[in-house]
Amino acid sequence: MNTYARHEHHDFLNAAQQALADPPLQEALVRLTSTLMAGNRRGYAALADSDALRSHAKRIKEHTLAHLDRYLEQLEAAVQKNGGHVHWASNAEEARQIVLDIARKTNTRRIVKSKSMTSEEIHLNPALEAAGIEVTETDFGEFIIQLAGERPSHLVAPAVHHTRESIARILSKYSGETLPDEAPALAKAGRRLLREKFRQADMGISGVNFAVAETGTIVLISNEGNIRMTTTCPRIHVALMGIEKVLPRWIDLPVFLKLLARAATGQALSVYTTLLTGPRRPGETDGPEEFHLVLLDNGRSRVLATPFRESLQCIRCGACLNACPVYRRIGGHAYGGVYSGPIGSILTPLYDSVADHPHLPHASSLCGACQAACPVKINIPHMLIGLRELQTHEKSKGRWEKWAYHLSAAVLRRPWLYRLALRCARLVLRPLAHEGWLRRLPGPGAAWTTVRDFPAPASRAFREQWRQLR
Amino acid sequence: MKVSLLVTCLGDALFPDVGVATVRLLRRLGVAVDFPEAQTCCGQPHFNSGYHDDARELARHTLRTFDNGQTVVVPSGSCAAMIKLEYPHLFHDDPVWRLRAEDMARRTHELSDFLVNVLGVEDVGARYEGKVTYHMACHLRGLGLLTEPERLLTRVKGLEYIKLERADECCGFGGSFSVRYPNISGAMVQDKAALIEKAGVSAVVATDAGCLMNIAGCLRRRGSSVRTLHLAQVLEKT
Ligand code: SF4
Repeated sequence: MNTYARHEHHDFLNAAQQALADPPLQEALVRLTSTLMAGNRRGYAALADSDALRSHAKRIKEHTLAHLDRYLEQLEAAVQKNGGHVHWASNAEEARQIVLDIARKTNTRRIVKSKSMTSEEIHLNPALEAAGIEVTETDFGEFIIQLAGERPSHLVAPAVHHTRESIARILSKYSGETLPDEAPALAKAGRRLLREKFRQADMGISGVNFAVAETGTIVLISNEGNIRMTTTCPRIHVALMGIEKVLPRWIDLPVFLKLLARAATGQALSVYTTLLTGPRRPGETDGPEEFHLVLLDNGRSRVLATPFRESLQCIRCGACLNACPVYRRIGGHAYGGVYSGPIGSILTPLYDSVADHPHLPHASSLCGACQAACPVKINIPHMLIGLRELQTHEKSKGRWEKWAYHLSAAVLRRPWLYRLALRCARLVLRPLAHEGWLRRLPGPGAAWTTVRDFPAPASRAFREQWRQLR
Repeated sequence: MKVSLLVTCLGDALFPDVGVATVRLLRRLGVAVDFPEAQTCCGQPHFNSGYHDDARELARHTLRTFDNGQTVVVPSGSCAAMIKLEYPHLFHDDPVWRLRAEDMARRTHELSDFLVNVLGVEDVGARYEGKVTYHMACHLRGLGLLTEPERLLTRVKGLEYIKLERADECCGFGGSFSVRYPNISGAMVQDKAALIEKAGVSAVVATDAGCLMNIAGCLRRRGSSVRTLHLAQVLEKT
């Protein structure tokens, strides 16, 4: 069963081309990613030893993943002890059903949601809406995306592909009034429209940034304050988490709090850090009456047993997107999955299908900027190469490509053949060259020479000059 | 001191002047250089594209060719990174070849790494007149060589060093990436070329044949007068 949400038959090349030919999008992407990357560098530089802290965070994640079963059971027991309910969902379908059942039992008509990529992953909103429930996204960017009927195009800035003008248009249409395209006015309108939704909602659905096994505490991070409203105003709070989000101990938490906001935006801490330990207790005046935690597997335990386990260390900060020179030019929608950018290029093939996403692992120059920005130093280039390797065993992989690589290796392994090939290349290409450069490459290399010349082989290779040098 | 030169396949075929400059520079610094003639390609293109059996074949060929126990100098960050970081990984479950790979990984140095961290020199006695900027090849980040080429360049007499905006951003080469996605890669190199032109320099320096062919090819197409040079070509001049 295929439960990983995606656009069927996504055409990567076309989508990338469209993004490249969209100047306002290019400008928005450059502006956002440059600001956030400057923040990322500033954030790490502000730490006494960011490198050691990031290595420490990575080790905590490695350890947790090695004992994931144990920590999840500990988390379950702690949440139950605090008066919460825990649900295990092995796939998206089950997770949706669990949330629908809770909604039915609690007579839920209206739901407010805070930003949760996990809920995007299981396509929760359409399922809730199909059951006649009104769902409202309360993160401002997500709200816009929802109104526009789109998908998020960035992990932490879901509406980066929108301009102030398009946001004003979308909000005006929704509210029935004419809003100016000024940020303060739009924010104010958003706040007013959402306030009403918070007041009316029966259920709040949130994601989870971290869950502490020792205490059963759910940790949520935001800059807008909507998460606090989502998790405290409605009668019911449902938190949805991927099973990799668990942390063993209370003292592990500050390691990640120090890193997450810095990696994402450069902030020392996000504006709101919400720690929730169970529902409202007797004598307390606020908080939900019921708290439900949904633990989602959806392919994660399968990936845990593969060489791609490291991808489960991801804390969804978005730094790799901001650092990526490819993401910065093609934007999030080109990736065709819920998660985009470098980490999306790993998650989408891994959780959906390697064969159906031939481009994602290759659409990277392997420059390593992602790993350098990642708070847990995930070796993204290595995993992309690992996926490329898996692809070489796929039948769908072009036969000529396999043949070309095998043949070239057979040539390069034999110095005499290498020398012969060098001479042949020179014989073919040099007559086409002008001052040693080709304006147009023949065959599959033709597109390379659309914006740049290609160097012809030198008239004498280094090895042919070595005799004299010696 | 004696070293073996791994000139790289791109360097051999496309930019032999870089190899020549490297040899002259090393000799001037009192280092004897030999060139094992059986060398071809380190296998990085095959490794990066996922053809790991082919990559292992080429890695074995390279390991045999450089089996003399000598320090290996490579005027390319990406080929040095292939040997230092990926060879041991390629043979992780092969005890015999893994040892040979780890041994070569230890002995192998990218040129600026060799000069600054092995020889311990930053002033190589070079002279180059003009305004020069520097593009950082991505693999130097992987090798942790964040400052070495800059330290060498700023000690060159007559050279006015101009910092490049977004110097550590990929130029868009990425080997097969630039062939598979020429438009994305093209957008990247166009930006790089524009920033280089904006720097108002007479030459841009890099450490890798891949970046050089990509950036030079784009600057040429744009009709720019900025020259593209390998680090060795600047350091060799006196
Ligand atoms: S892979 Fe690393 S940088 Fe990218 S979103 Fe995950 S944690 Fe952040």
